[in-house]
Amino acid sequence: MADIKAIYKPEESDKCERPLFMIPVSAGFPSPADDYVEGSLDLNKHLIKHPAATFFVRVAGDSMLNAGIHPDDILIVDRSLDAVDKKVIIAIVNGELTVKRIRIKKDGIYLVAENENYNPIKINKEMEFEVWGVVTSVIHAL
Amino acid sequence: MTVFALVDCNNFYVSCERVFNPGLENKPVIVLSNNDGCAVARSNEVKALGVTLGAPVFKEQALIKKHGIQVFSSNYALYGDMSNRVMRVLSDFAPNLEVYSIDESFLDLTDVRKNDLTDFGVEIKTKVKKHTGLPVSVGIAKTKTLAKIAAGIAKKSKKTGGVLDLCNPTHLDRALEITNIDSVWGVGRRFAKFLKVYGIKNALLLRDCDTEFIRKKMGINGVRLVEELRGNSCYPLDSSPMQKKNITVSRTFGRVIRNLEELAEAITAYATRGAEKLRRNGLVADSISVFIMTNRFDKENFYYNTEIIRLPASSNNSSEIIAAAIQGLRKIYKPDCLYKKAGLFFRELKPESMVQQILFDTVDREKNQRLMASLDTVNDIMGRDTLKYASAGLSGKKQWKTAFSHRSPAYTTKWDQLPKVT
Repeated sequence: MADIKAIYKPEESDKCERPLFMIPVSAGFPSPADDYVEGSLDLNKHLIKHPAATFFVRVAGDSMLNAGIHPDDILIVDRSLDAVDKKVIIAIVNGELTVKRIRIKKDGIYLVAENENYNPIKINKEMEFEVWGVVTSVIHAL
Repeated sequence: MTVFALVDCNNFYVSCERVFNPGLENKPVIVLSNNDGCAVARSNEVKALGVTLGAPVFKEQALIKKHGIQVFSSNYALYGDMSNRVMRVLSDFAPNLEVYSIDESFLDLTDVRKNDLTDFGVEIKTKVKKHTGLPVSVGIAKTKTLAKIAAGIAKKSKKTGGVLDLCNPTHLDRALEITNIDSVWGVGRRFAKFLKVYGIKNALLLRDCDTEFIRKKMGINGVRLVEELRGNSCYPLDSSPMQKKNITVSRTFGRVIRNLEELAEAITAYATRGAEKLRRNGLVADSISVFIMTNRFDKENFYYNTEIIRLPASSNNSSEIIAAAIQGLRKIYKPDCLYKKAGLFFRELKPESMVQQILFDTVDREKNQRLMASLDTVNDIMGRDTLKYASAGLSGKKQWKTAFSHRSPAYTTKWDQLPKVT
């Protein structure tokens, strides 16, 4: 008796979506585009890979200016991603949310700003430090 | 053999606040009910201070000041959104999932092949925490009732690390023994009282009870309960030991109401909300009761009255319920009273499927059902109250709406209230 490889759940919705062809069907010469069906570009799908784990935060301050992150920008933050070296992350430091670039070096973890006016923060045992999420995109209104 | 997991968020409302305000971690926090009346959620630190669930806030002011307890109004927009996220993450772990309440979900793990269920539970807990920031407890067992017991223990016992698998009989008996009869899912107050009289004070004793005795005293539901405790699943996903015995919609007003029209507006809103709840749960009501009352602390002028109205036929139709509720209100309304609170109880609830058409029913029930379905769909997509009954009041701000003075920002649902990072 063969093993069951997989069990699929039937699609239970009573809607059946069908793509709409963009060129009206008519007699005569077919358009070369006939075989190509276009949907629109979905910004949500493009920018948000893990919806349940994605949050938006608002930037206050200029500590990350040189990374293209300005005050009032919106950051797209994905909590499901890992905070690997050089990623821009949202971190919790002593109870506050902060945006910095994480550097994981041999001698410890640093939170580095992208602005000469700010010094890097070395994480030590006395600090309350936790990764909140990884920044994937910046939304900057011009 | 069936396997279920119950995933239950720890201190859900408080935990939601902490995700966006990490400074609240390990601090005493209370979340208040509608109208900021009483504590509906307390952090562990607050529980340790002796503040009980439902404690009226004005009574606890001394404690609040002394220990610097942070107080928040309920932020339902936030909690609803966070709940959806948790459920979405959980849906990755099992093909079938039942969202039991805003912060609890049953997973059917029967077809999920895992060697170590505890490890699997830890995987679930870890992923939910990482993706949403919310801590959860996981209980795994052969039936939903046992899974609920397991989750309850996992939540309280640090030793379990927040995950408890009771499929293995090793810890099962002990777990049942430490579970009070009142906390067993499906044992209501009436049954608990009765069972205690017979010395059945914990889940273990109930499990080992004589089945026929239970059948005589508690009927078929009692037998199902005992069978579930014995590891024989009687409740698959989406089925529960108790249908909601009653649904209540009531609110304390932000300021007092004197006139009938405003009371009627409020009652209409509650009737609409209640009818929605009925429809969402696939239930109908046979009767409703309306109540109104003045400030109960003004004993001299205190007025409370209630009226029961039988519905012409079992219904969950907004129009019919509104009509009945207003009818009841007119009977009990007394002028020159300062009303502080009003509400509706929906009584004698039954599943929709059990409704019998009455012989001389003049209402086209099918047409009404379709209307209700459209109403619900539009309101679902476009937001609550997009379509509503005119008697609910068309003027902009409703003075009787509840107060939310300590509410945190809508961190995940409003662009102008996003959490700030520096």
